[in-house]
Amino acid sequence: MTLAQQLINLFAALLLLISFAMLSQRRVLTLINLFAWQGLILAISAAVVAWTSHQHHLYYSAGLTLLLKVLVLPWLLHRLIRKLQIKWDVETLFNIPTTMLIGIVMVVFAFNLALPISALSATVTKSTLGIALACVLLSFMMMITRRKAVPQVIGFLAMENGLFFAATSATYGMPMVVELGIALDVLVGTFIFGIFFFHIRETFDSLDIKHMEKLKED
Amino acid sequence: MNTTTLFFQLFQNMLVLLAAPLLLGWVNNCRAWMQGRSAAGIFQPYRSLAKLFHKDAVLAHNASPLFRHTPYLLFVSMWLAAAMVPVLAIDLPLSAAVDVIALVGIFALARVFIALAAMDIGTSFGTLGARREMLISFLAEPALLMVFFTASMIAHSTSLTTIVETLAHKQFVIHPSLAFAGIAFLMVLLAENARIPVDNPSTHLELTMIHEAMILEYSARHLALIEWASAIKLFAYITIGIALFLPFGIAEAGNWGALPFALVILALKLAAAGFGLALLESVSAKLRIFRAPEYLGTAFLLAVLGILTLNLLKV
Amino acid sequence: MEILWLLGIPLAGGLLLALFGGKRYAAELNSLTSFATFAASAVLTLKIISGGPMTAFNEQFFIDPFNVFLVALTAFVGFTTSLFSRPYMRIEEHHGKLSHNMLRLYHSMYQLFSFTMLLALTTNNMGILWVAMEAATLTTVLLVSLYRTPASLEAAWKYFILCGVGIAQALFGTILLYFAAEKVLGAGGTALLWTHLNAVKTDLEPTVLSLAFVFLLVGYGTKVGLAPLHNWLPDAHAEGPTPISAVLSGLLLNVALYAVVRSKVLVDGALETHFAGNLMMGFGLLSVVMAAFFLSRQKDIKRLFAYSSIEHMGLMTFAFGMGGAVATFAALLHMTVHCLTKSAIFYAVGHAAQNSGTQIMDSIRGLIKTSPTIGWGLILGTLAILGMPPFGVFASEFLIITTAMHEHSWATPFLLVALGVAFAAIFGKVQPMVFGETESLRLPHPPALLPVFVHLGLVLLLGLYIPPYLADWYRQAAALLG
Repeated sequence: MTLAQQLINLFAALLLLISFAMLSQRRVLTLINLFAWQGLILAISAAVVAWTSHQHHLYYSAGLTLLLKVLVLPWLLHRLIRKLQIKWDVETLFNIPTTMLIGIVMVVFAFNLALPISALSATVTKSTLGIALACVLLSFMMMITRRKAVPQVIGFLAMENGLFFAATSATYGMPMVVELGIALDVLVGTFIFGIFFFHIRETFDSLDIKHMEKLKED
Repeated sequence: MNTTTLFFQLFQNMLVLLAAPLLLGWVNNCRAWMQGRSAAGIFQPYRSLAKLFHKDAVLAHNASPLFRHTPYLLFVSMWLAAAMVPVLAIDLPLSAAVDVIALVGIFALARVFIALAAMDIGTSFGTLGARREMLISFLAEPALLMVFFTASMIAHSTSLTTIVETLAHKQFVIHPSLAFAGIAFLMVLLAENARIPVDNPSTHLELTMIHEAMILEYSARHLALIEWASAIKLFAYITIGIALFLPFGIAEAGNWGALPFALVILALKLAAAGFGLALLESVSAKLRIFRAPEYLGTAFLLAVLGILTLNLLKV
Repeated sequence: MEILWLLGIPLAGGLLLALFGGKRYAAELNSLTSFATFAASAVLTLKIISGGPMTAFNEQFFIDPFNVFLVALTAFVGFTTSLFSRPYMRIEEHHGKLSHNMLRLYHSMYQLFSFTMLLALTTNNMGILWVAMEAATLTTVLLVSLYRTPASLEAAWKYFILCGVGIAQALFGTILLYFAAEKVLGAGGTALLWTHLNAVKTDLEPTVLSLAFVFLLVGYGTKVGLAPLHNWLPDAHAEGPTPISAVLSGLLLNVALYAVVRSKVLVDGALETHFAGNLMMGFGLLSVVMAAFFLSRQKDIKRLFAYSSIEHMGLMTFAFGMGGAVATFAALLHMTVHCLTKSAIFYAVGHAAQNSGTQIMDSIRGLIKTSPTIGWGLILGTLAILGMPPFGVFASEFLIITTAMHEHSWATPFLLVALGVAFAAIFGKVQPMVFGETESLRLPHPPALLPVFVHLGLVLLLGLYIPPYLADWYRQAAALLG
């Protein structure tokens, strides 16, 4: 196994670790920082993949990731929580161990799902596809378990990170035009989420989405 | 088994026995420095032990033989565990027995007896401590096993000697799974040895104590043996950690030339580990007891992640 | 070139309206832009009818009879909805529900929404298709919460989160698709082009494609409103402004279904089994049955018709899933008539709710007295959507059910029962609204409901007589889809 491959595996493992950390993190501020770290690892691993596979377009995606997910989005989120004055918000999470155990089951599921695909893959990163899928599922779970708006959105963004990693590891990244489109969507989406936070706060005096469970079939 | 390897084994046995209090003293010393207190000197544990051995033992009227024998059993099992771990050299006579699962079993045996002894007198503190200890250990044990399994899967063996041999002599490979396992092991180590953040070794605050609550009824030589056993346990855990995650520089049994080098390396590793432990204890705060399951759940999670990444990434 | 106009006009209109959307003439500008878009789509359609499928701009765009028919439909309904929205939004403004800034947002996003849908329809790149679908969510989410009421915020949030999660699954599906394609077509931009994929679909790896299809179906299916992923749909329809409900139901759901069908063509080619079709039939049937039984429990008129949309989208998904020339033909026809009818109903419902000041059905009574145009529009639209002859919905539903009887007879009882239940539920609720007793006086000015009757007229026409060129066109599209 080459050094690059080992490094990529290491980064994949770190991403998985960060996903779990996000799942169990109560503080909004730390959550944003974790998200930034995730982006950074993603960018570095994309750069390593680019270097080892000589796929030059991956350098651009690595740069894009660095710009968007390490600098712009965390900055936006930081600004947002400062303006909303929820910088020190602590969420009460129930039953973290159970969540973690379900998370482990998800990881096993993701690994098994990814096995037949990575068996067909020819990239140096093929074994990390399972981890990428696991990150997606874990972020998905984070969105389900959170009762506050900002962490839900961070879960959403983390899910996109997982998908980006999946694209890098299965196929050395999507075509450039698609990646640009996705990046644009994510950026616009974050802006809209930001606008939303203010609307929600204005209407409900809180960012707790338990106020938003009225529309139901009875 | 020839005499040389036998000598190596005996040497290691004596070493763990005698060096364990020193390690404890070193950790306490480092902690005192970091917290701006004046330290008692690294030989303080020896002095405490000597003092306790000179005292007359006081036993409760209703103490059963179990209560009296437990300190000896505890001491012997910890000593055995520490002697089995490849500390100085591999291929020791005892190493045929060093299966990681057996090791976990020995720790469990000691734990069962101390918990029973704690409940023997019938004081509320003893029972409370025993129950807490059981809570902690029933969560810590699976995590510890998972850590061992991660290493075993890399080495394809549950024998600690083989694991150390494989890890120490293979070419350098980044093992993300071992990193996970390492963090998990550290967390288990802190919990099992009654350190912060799960327990505080230097307090008798009744609301929070775990280990101290169990041994509250012991005195004199019994207490000395238990304290000594605790020191050996810490030593054993740290050496297991070293064996699994930093096995470089270990000697082979019968190789006289490598022995001094291995000794120096071991001393340095132990010193560093003790310093790290003290640092960790100084910067972290004790968790509420109800948070302990969460803490150990995290350790378990990390260990399982280690195994999973190992399976997926094959490293 | 026509594509450039088709996409450029709404994009430019959206940017322009972002500046002038709050002015007095903004609604007219909006309609004008939509009309220009419709004109461009008409030109494009004529070109395709005469010249057959074409690609443009380095194969980045691909137009064939299947999507050009949806482009025309989308542009047409986009135009009529803009006509409807002009007086409707003006009244909302008079009622003090909307500010100038909100109107600016509304007009601008309306055009951008049209742009994203047209982009999704015309692009040849499966990745861009995903980007456009996500952008369609983004442009509509702020429109759903336009009134800033607690309920509308909740609906928008749900819409955003659920569709965001759903569409993320679709992205994973797209990644898998690219992964399979890259093996055959090589890396780079061309491996996600649908035309290229379609050419080599038999060589694509079946395991990967079946997994990809599951993700794509779940992802885009969330936007189609397939059960059990439909939760966002009734809320978003009920709480948003009515023109948005109309375009969501009439257009966005179609576009999402279009994405599913495009994927299905590829997967069918690779698998040579009925796997994709079976999945779609299952989801479709579940949606039809589920929606039918939820219909009777609705109190809000817009929610009622939102569930009706779920039911009809389920029916289309089922029909596309069955495959074959007749079923696909029926599905395409149903897409057209449902889109026209449902938007017409929403126009009528919008005015009815606006005049009564409520969306609760029990409080709306006697529309035929207060405003005959609204009353007739609503009752005729309801009869049409319930599949009464001679409206077009009858024809398409009849075709779907007879095909199902032939090929999948087990499904027929489910469909028939569901349609029966839906009929009873909707008709039982709408009839007293239109013909019930009321104290209210007749409205001084009859509202302009031209779009309603134009749509219903078209649906009636399609029920009585499908023009040969249109039938031919459907047949071509059906043949393309296999």
